Amino acid sequence: MKYIFYPGCSQEGSALEYRVSTLAVLEALGAEVEELEDWTCCGASAAPVVSDLLGVVLPARNLALAEQRGNGRDMLTVCSACYTNFRRTMNAAADPNRLARINQALEVEGLTYHGTVTARHILDVLANDFGPEAIKEHVKKPLEGLTVAPYYGCQTVRPYSPFDDDQRPTSMVGILEALGATVYHHNREASCCGTSVVMTKPEVGLRMAASVLEACEGADCIATVCPMCQMNLDAYQDKVSRILGHRVRIPVLFLPQLIGLAFGLPESVLMFDRHITPVDLDFTTETQRTQSSNN
Amino acid sequence: MSEPTAEPLDLTNLDRTLAREVTPGRWEKMLSCIQCGTCTASCPAAPAMDLSPRKMWRMVQLGLTEEILHSKTMWLCSLCYQCQVRCPRGIPLTETITRLKELALERGIVSSPESEAFYRSFADVMRRYGRMRELEFMVRFFLTSNPLKALGFSKLGLTMLRRGKVHLELPRLGGEGRLDRLCERVAELEGRR
Repeated sequence: MKYIFYPGCSQEGSALEYRVSTLAVLEALGAEVEELEDWTCCGASAAPVVSDLLGVVLPARNLALAEQRGNGRDMLTVCSACYTNFRRTMNAAADPNRLARINQALEVEGLTYHGTVTARHILDVLANDFGPEAIKEHVKKPLEGLTVAPYYGCQTVRPYSPFDDDQRPTSMVGILEALGATVYHHNREASCCGTSVVMTKPEVGLRMAASVLEACEGADCIATVCPMCQMNLDAYQDKVSRILGHRVRIPVLFLPQLIGLAFGLPESVLMFDRHITPVDLDFTTETQRTQSSNN
Repeated sequence: MSEPTAEPLDLTNLDRTLAREVTPGRWEKMLSCIQCGTCTASCPAAPAMDLSPRKMWRMVQLGLTEEILHSKTMWLCSLCYQCQVRCPRGIPLTETITRLKELALERGIVSSPESEAFYRSFADVMRRYGRMRELEFMVRFFLTSNPLKALGFSKLGLTMLRRGKVHLELPRLGGEGRLDRLCERVAELEGRR
């Protein structure tokens, strides 16, 4: 499996651990991944508000680069917000007038977008290109005894995402079971965590984060596949505790970090020390104990 | 019993300008809204809105632009797309909210200054560097919206710096931004300059 990789802005800062663990896991699975040179921001939620056209031109710039250099490879993204912008732009390209307009803008960058490259989400790639069976073959330290609450969030599965159900997604279940973990189902798996309003309307955004965290209480940790969800659920647990009236403290991990843990990858690629809510899974110490007693 | 005060709606004489403007190419869809309320029932932010989504879509049908732009409803949308995928009429509701926000910025009627600061700060940093610099964006946002509010986030900011989640980088102020030419070209094509 070969991919051209669009990291997205958060992968250079707040969610570096997502990028590093993803690349390490894909390497272990035998994927060939090449970073898209000269990529720029997809525009996030801001560009489409500032200008309708800019909202598709910025993703199209990166898709055009991927077409040029990708040689037919799919373009892999790990951020659900970037993914939504790319899939939205792929849809827009189906309209010849809109595509022509996008290309009128891209002229100044010396690029042409044809609408031929496919943007893929890391969860889609893990669940469908590799799948639980292939992942299971690489598990060295099964996550037995670890209860994981899958959390898909909104834009991973809505509205332009073709690989899972937009109300009751299941892509993570097989993967988590392949790792040996116990899946903790809850009623907020595809709800919104509120990240895009948490800075402007904290009273609303934090309440949405609270509803997700509250639903996941009872699990040892949460598994996410979006850097925005991870930050929002990880960073505000003190404030959420005040809203809920009791202390909430639950590690929020990127799915590739959990896969890496089960693959026996070192802490240097898992980067648990970067999390705001400490990743002190009892399970980790148990594994380490088993490991040291085996040595 | 008091007499009803509202005039009956003249459905043959609706103002469709707004629907045409915010659902480009698909405004007939907007007019097909049957007011079932699935959007409001699906919206995680609805309880905090001054106009419920259902009500707002009716007002879009009626062309009540000013009233809609003055409400806070669109600025509370977190883009979760739940209303859009559940709408039984297949109306692109979330996408239309984005168009309403664009219209509000364009007309300068923004009922949520912090939201405008958020989008403009983000767009400025992106345009300058081509990629987001998270810390610079946050600083710009708080300085242009409400510096006092920054206090609520400052402890988290320091933790993020310590964990290496954000980096201190000197802002580059002069010179051409990485995406200046592309953004200017887009503005030109949209007839904004």
